[in-house]
Amino acid sequence: MFCAAALAAAIPAERRTPQTGARKLHLKAKVPLVEIFQHILNALQFGSFYALIALGYTLVYGVLRLINFAHGDIFMVGAYLAYFIAVTLLGIGGLNLGMHIDPALALAITVPVTMILTALVGVTLERTAYRPLRRKGADRLYVVITALMAGLVLENGNLALLGASRKRFPDMIDKVVWNLGGGVSVTNLKVIVIVAAIAVFMLLQFIVTRTKIGMAMRGISYDKFAIPLMGIPLDTIIVVTFVLGSGMAGLAGILFAMSYPILEPYMGALIGWKAFIAAVVGGIGDIRGAIVGGFMLGFIEIGVVAVFPSTLRDLFAFSVLLIILWLKPTGIYGVAQTTKI
Amino acid sequence: MKRMTVKILFAVLALSLGVFALSGCGKDSDTIKVGFNLELTGDIPKVGEASKFAAEMLKEDINSKGGLEVGGKKYKLEFVYQDNEAKAESAVNAALKLINQDNVVAIVGPNSSKQAIPAGATCNDAQVTMVTPWSTNPDTTKDRPWVFRACFLDPFQGPVAANFASKQFGAKTAAVIFDIANDYSKGLAEIFKAEWEKKSGAGTVVGFESHGTKDQDFSAQLTKIIAAKPDFIFIPDNYNQVALIVKQAHDLGYKGPFMGSDAWGSAELMTLCGKDCIGQFFSTHYAAAGAQGATKEFIDRFNTKYKYVPDDVAALTWDATRLVLQAIQSAGKVEKDIKAERKLVRDALANIKEFAGITGNMKFAGTGDPNKCAVVVQISPEGKFEFKETVCPE
Amino acid sequence: MQKYTATIVLFAFIVLLVVLAQFSILDRYYVSVLMFMGVNVILASSLNLVNGYMGEFSCGHGGFMCVGAYVSSLCTVLMFSKNQILGAPLLPPQLAFVGFPLALMAGSAAAAIAGLVVAVPSFKTRGDYLAIITLAANYIVISAINNMEIIGGPRGFMGMSATERAMQDMLNIPWVLIFVLLGTVFTVWILRRFVSSTLGKGVPAICQDEIAAEIMSVDTNRMKLIAFMLSSGLAGLAGGLYAQVLGYVNPQSFDIMRSTEVMVMVYLGGMGSLSGAALAAILFTVLMEALRFLDVWKWVVIPLLLILLMQFRPEGLMGNKELSDLFPKLRKYYSFK
Repeated sequence: MFCAAALAAAIPAERRTPQTGARKLHLKAKVPLVEIFQHILNALQFGSFYALIALGYTLVYGVLRLINFAHGDIFMVGAYLAYFIAVTLLGIGGLNLGMHIDPALALAITVPVTMILTALVGVTLERTAYRPLRRKGADRLYVVITALMAGLVLENGNLALLGASRKRFPDMIDKVVWNLGGGVSVTNLKVIVIVAAIAVFMLLQFIVTRTKIGMAMRGISYDKFAIPLMGIPLDTIIVVTFVLGSGMAGLAGILFAMSYPILEPYMGALIGWKAFIAAVVGGIGDIRGAIVGGFMLGFIEIGVVAVFPSTLRDLFAFSVLLIILWLKPTGIYGVAQTTKI
Repeated sequence: MKRMTVKILFAVLALSLGVFALSGCGKDSDTIKVGFNLELTGDIPKVGEASKFAAEMLKEDINSKGGLEVGGKKYKLEFVYQDNEAKAESAVNAALKLINQDNVVAIVGPNSSKQAIPAGATCNDAQVTMVTPWSTNPDTTKDRPWVFRACFLDPFQGPVAANFASKQFGAKTAAVIFDIANDYSKGLAEIFKAEWEKKSGAGTVVGFESHGTKDQDFSAQLTKIIAAKPDFIFIPDNYNQVALIVKQAHDLGYKGPFMGSDAWGSAELMTLCGKDCIGQFFSTHYAAAGAQGATKEFIDRFNTKYKYVPDDVAALTWDATRLVLQAIQSAGKVEKDIKAERKLVRDALANIKEFAGITGNMKFAGTGDPNKCAVVVQISPEGKFEFKETVCPE
Repeated sequence: MQKYTATIVLFAFIVLLVVLAQFSILDRYYVSVLMFMGVNVILASSLNLVNGYMGEFSCGHGGFMCVGAYVSSLCTVLMFSKNQILGAPLLPPQLAFVGFPLALMAGSAAAAIAGLVVAVPSFKTRGDYLAIITLAANYIVISAINNMEIIGGPRGFMGMSATERAMQDMLNIPWVLIFVLLGTVFTVWILRRFVSSTLGKGVPAICQDEIAAEIMSVDTNRMKLIAFMLSSGLAGLAGGLYAQVLGYVNPQSFDIMRSTEVMVMVYLGGMGSLSGAALAAILFTVLMEALRFLDVWKWVVIPLLLILLMQFRPEGLMGNKELSDLFPKLRKYYSFK
């Protein structure tokens, strides 16, 4: 499926030579095959981040019909938590407990601890901000606004508390650059990222389709009012949803911090919005949609930059997404919702 | 009860309007206020911080001696800092605030050309003197009699980088990656390209890729550049982007050299870049290692006070602020009317023909731009910027 | 006569502000705050039409503001300013006070056409999907301008202040302040007239029950079209004025943060309340300036305030009531409902 998507993105990009007026576009007439492979690898890696974050959006939306706009910032919080845990364990900063743990072991500890702490942040957000509104039966719009504001609080709180200086994530695994021949190279980190995204997808797919909790989550998305009548605790399921979604965001945070080791408070904002759009294009509420949407966005972005000047990236990416939405308004895997009159 | 709540809210609204209206009252006639339009948050906070530290050090020096002496009377210095968040429109806002609300006599900064060019237009229109310590793009002072700078310009820096690179690396082909949303980066990239093609022939710049300011992934652009096999890559970018670009280029298998520009020169570059940047060269305004005289004194005092060796921004801010203070002094008197005072400062500054700065000797020819020398430094294995060579204008 | 009291008081107040600004009793800083207040009022009330009265969820108001800002700036620069991009000015500076409103109208028209582009997909989608479409539209506008090198691209566009100087050379009064205040009054007036008209009543009808409205002979597609175009046209007006106040415009100032700010103002004031939106805009501008001493914490405090608001008074300051509902005695003093 990915190959098809990759070819679909790469080949039209090669054949398309638009004439756009007076500006020289520095287009190569033919993008060599080797470069295409490199671009495909880059796109897979970059799309993995979008996919991981889109998963969180989709899970929460599927259960609560709520666009959790703070999700991108939970991703940022995950990255910062990973940073603090890593530097504390490595003894080069943070809480300065004087530990000097071997980097590989430190990584093995950092990943689960980050995921748990990020999940805690997500659950706290749900308990303090969303649950009271849900109890009151407030209109969905108010919850969305609250989510938006919570995201702003997280971003600016980070900026205010930790200052404006960028943080540098320490190198925790030895980077191995594998040359696949012909100028295509890939690092072990990139492979880890791609594998992680696919593994998470399969795990979540398993949880949602094969376990009881997953069945409850799907049930809530069909009919929220019937579920408590069946003896299923609504609040618990919602908490589990947030745990899963935020935990995956935390994982995305730590992987992102390892790949692009410069952390800044606003790093989650733009990625969050784009991942959200990717989730919607894939069909929000469906996990497969999040993965497909995330990778598609990664391919479009890298593909556009490979052929056109990189400033056209956002323009093309959003235009393509809009066209997909126009053709199929509920997204690729989405199901149209019926509202009773 | 609901009605009461709303009426109370209205009262609060009216009250806050009142408080806000009155907040601007009160002025002191024995102080001279200088404004600083700095990048304290945003993409390059280290730059703004360095400027602020240097300015604070200078202010303490002068105020501890009783103040700045103008026409026989001593005036206390007050420095007002506004944050332009490294964004162009915030720089305009900050300039407007310094001019209209804080009533400063002159403004130092912004540092980066991306902010300095629009802020310069604002200051020029409002007829307030502006001196930028670090902005190298020619548009900052072009056709603006009220804007000055304390550093060299990119049409001078571009050839310095090009000549050095071709000499040091024996390079015939080059590639450039730059930030299209940053006036500094784009301007310098274009100047460099023109210069290189003049020297080595048309088409020798084999890669000319752009990226956005907030980008973190440059793999697509770098893949294209590396496939074109340049002899070196020129990166006229801010330090936070450089760290990511160099690292990703190494990840993609590039083993050749890079050439940098003065925006590399921050104290935070090595913290963010690490061992990927060791051994690289860049052109800058001064080299801290091996300095002598007044420059060494400044470096030592700054290092003792703030615990790190000052970068070029700090040194240039020291010079730029001293330029402004010297202009205030040579104006001879301090006018009560702020408009008249600003005109006096501007005229006095335009009259300064030569200034001995700690970043080098500056000769002003009337355009607001000084004639200065550039240095090329190399990043040592310890992460220090080591002097390599000086290039002076003919 | 009594019925026109409000109008007379309003215009007297405007004249007072202008006089104060002219004689520098209100210094330049307060004048600029007033102008930003006016721009925010226009933005908030225009978004209120779509998000409040019509109940949609449009997150892309910044994009329309951007279109209006750029088009009107280009017109003013073309007409009155010697610019290295576009050459010598086309019209003599004496016509500046006529050319500037024309440029503003051109900006609004362009923004209204952009609103058309967003309105058409909205026929089929509501709620969350409309949010995506407007968000994407916002980004597309910014991205498109980022790629137009001829108008400066991401580095921005300057030169509008020449128009202000041309007007000041002719007659030294605070022209931009006058235009901003007039624009604000015009916006509030036209929105009020629209919503209380028979045609405009279709808008809240769509909000409450679209199917029923369709059955009751409200042409929902046409109403949505009109509402979106009016809203975005006024946003374009705000953009044009904003660009003139600042003297500089670049696409990044109209990104998602700007749209979020406008949404904050609308939801703070109460959806479906025009006076609420205007009051919230004024309060918001004042808060932003008054909390300046907090520096970065300002942007933590303001969202927190809004979260608390959502918890305890989600309908906003005024709910969907107007000022005349709270102070019924005011109804005597102005001439329309």
